[in-house]
Amino acid sequence: MDKTVNNKAWFLVLPVLVLVAFSAVIPLMTVVNYSVNDTFGNNQFFWAGLEWFEEMVTSSRLHDALGRQVLFSAIILAIEVPLGIFIALNMPKKGFWASLCLVLMALPLLIPFNVVGTIWQIFGRVDIGLLGRGLAAIGIDYNYTNDAMDAWITVIVMDVWHWTSLVALLCYAGLQSIAQAYYQAARIDQASRWAVFRYIELPKMQGVLLIAVLLRFMDSFMIYTEPFVVTGGGPGNSTTFLSIDLVKMAVGQFDLGPAAAFSIMYFLVILLVSWVFYTVMTNLDKAEGQ
Amino acid sequence: MMRVKSSAIVMTIYLLFLLVPIYWLVNMSFKTNAEITGAFTLFPHELTLRNYAVILTDPSWYMGYVNSLIYVVMNTVISITVALPAAYAFSRYSFMGDKHLFFWLLTNRMSPPAVFALPFFQLYSSVGLFDTHIAVALAHCLFNVPLAVWILEGFMRGVPKEIDETAYIDGYGFGRFFIKIFMPLIASGIGVAAFFCFMFSWVELLLSRTLTSVNAKPIAATMTRTVSASGMDWGVLAAAGVLTIIPGALVIYFVRNYIAKGFALGRV
Repeated sequence: MDKTVNNKAWFLVLPVLVLVAFSAVIPLMTVVNYSVNDTFGNNQFFWAGLEWFEEMVTSSRLHDALGRQVLFSAIILAIEVPLGIFIALNMPKKGFWASLCLVLMALPLLIPFNVVGTIWQIFGRVDIGLLGRGLAAIGIDYNYTNDAMDAWITVIVMDVWHWTSLVALLCYAGLQSIAQAYYQAARIDQASRWAVFRYIELPKMQGVLLIAVLLRFMDSFMIYTEPFVVTGGGPGNSTTFLSIDLVKMAVGQFDLGPAAAFSIMYFLVILLVSWVFYTVMTNLDKAEGQ
Repeated sequence: MMRVKSSAIVMTIYLLFLLVPIYWLVNMSFKTNAEITGAFTLFPHELTLRNYAVILTDPSWYMGYVNSLIYVVMNTVISITVALPAAYAFSRYSFMGDKHLFFWLLTNRMSPPAVFALPFFQLYSSVGLFDTHIAVALAHCLFNVPLAVWILEGFMRGVPKEIDETAYIDGYGFGRFFIKIFMPLIASGIGVAAFFCFMFSWVELLLSRTLTSVNAKPIAATMTRTVSASGMDWGVLAAAGVLTIIPGALVIYFVRNYIAKGFALGRV
């Protein structure tokens, strides 16, 4: 759509600007301030320059947490995106069953994060959980509080449980918008199931899939509550992701300087990746518009 | 015929995967603690409502729900109110720096709450808003306002510009046009945006826990504290969990017809 050039539109954006400035810019500046200062308490600050950044860039603790975080997000995307597409393709198209599936699938999305953690904690425990008991009964040695591998699997399965529906619902919305004429044309051409998917369904889902990937990347990269409740970052440090480590550092040990430097670098990484996604997305929008 | 069958099987397996952990929680909420830890049963043998009674009679428990609902509703109202004019501006006009501004707004959705937890605590303490509902509502605007703008902008783009122009020619002022004509046209978009604001504010824990201590403590935080304090009261914990699912389930039920379109954020 052609847009009118009108700089007065700034007035309409003003309320949002004021609000977001209060809840984002001021706190962010506080973080920047901490990151270049050292403090011994009592609100006395000393200029520390880039010391904290140097310390953080070289710290193995940060590297390990970042490594785990990247691995986690990569696994999450690799499982949830294909699975979500697959589920969306198999969903009933209309009628009672479609509504029922929609409602049931949206359910995990509206459960508070820590309750999701609680559910899986209860579900997975070896002494009282259905999953833990069940696996023990068929002879699999499973204990997420002792074994790093089991903890990882639990956290990943939990995230798949929690968020695959979001990807599926987004794809489902994309699929719903395809006119029947396309399928009829494909049938006349005797196109294979794969060809229908590759040349009709996938291109139509492109836009929503990008949103799904963007949301899933951002949220999995910021994950805090669920693994915190289930594993507490353990056993050892095996499921300590960036946010968990950051909160430990800032609130637990009160190392404000390093934590602030850590925060800023963390934010920049997310910003960079999201910017790439966003650019791709707006270019797609433009290409469609032409 | 075969395809219909296989897709039904896939959906059944997936829905079972989604529902079994929830069933386990519900199941446990009706058991006594002795049964939970002592015997392994697939359904409660001694059905008890004690766990729910504990929550519904103790103010420190049920006020958690009230607090959560208060700040979630406040946040939804604030977010939608400020996002509406902004989304209109983004969808209709191009102005200096609009694309940068839009991306900057989105970056706030991307910022990890963990980064903001401590500065928020200090900011709201210094202006005297600590432990109030409005503090949590404002803090959640950090990620909900950008999202609301994004969703509403998508829906508004679908409304042809000729409608605006006709209304102005007919002598409508901006305010009257916006409320009387434009808002009804994007009613489903507003509903979807409100749904998402509700959802993300309801499920968030880190910020709401950091910004409250007693008076505005959300239910989610009440749960975490009680776990560590009373040790092993699994039954009450499970019952509290079940009760947090109910508001979400109700909201889903009311918007079920818009969910499919809503999840595409107006972009299909």
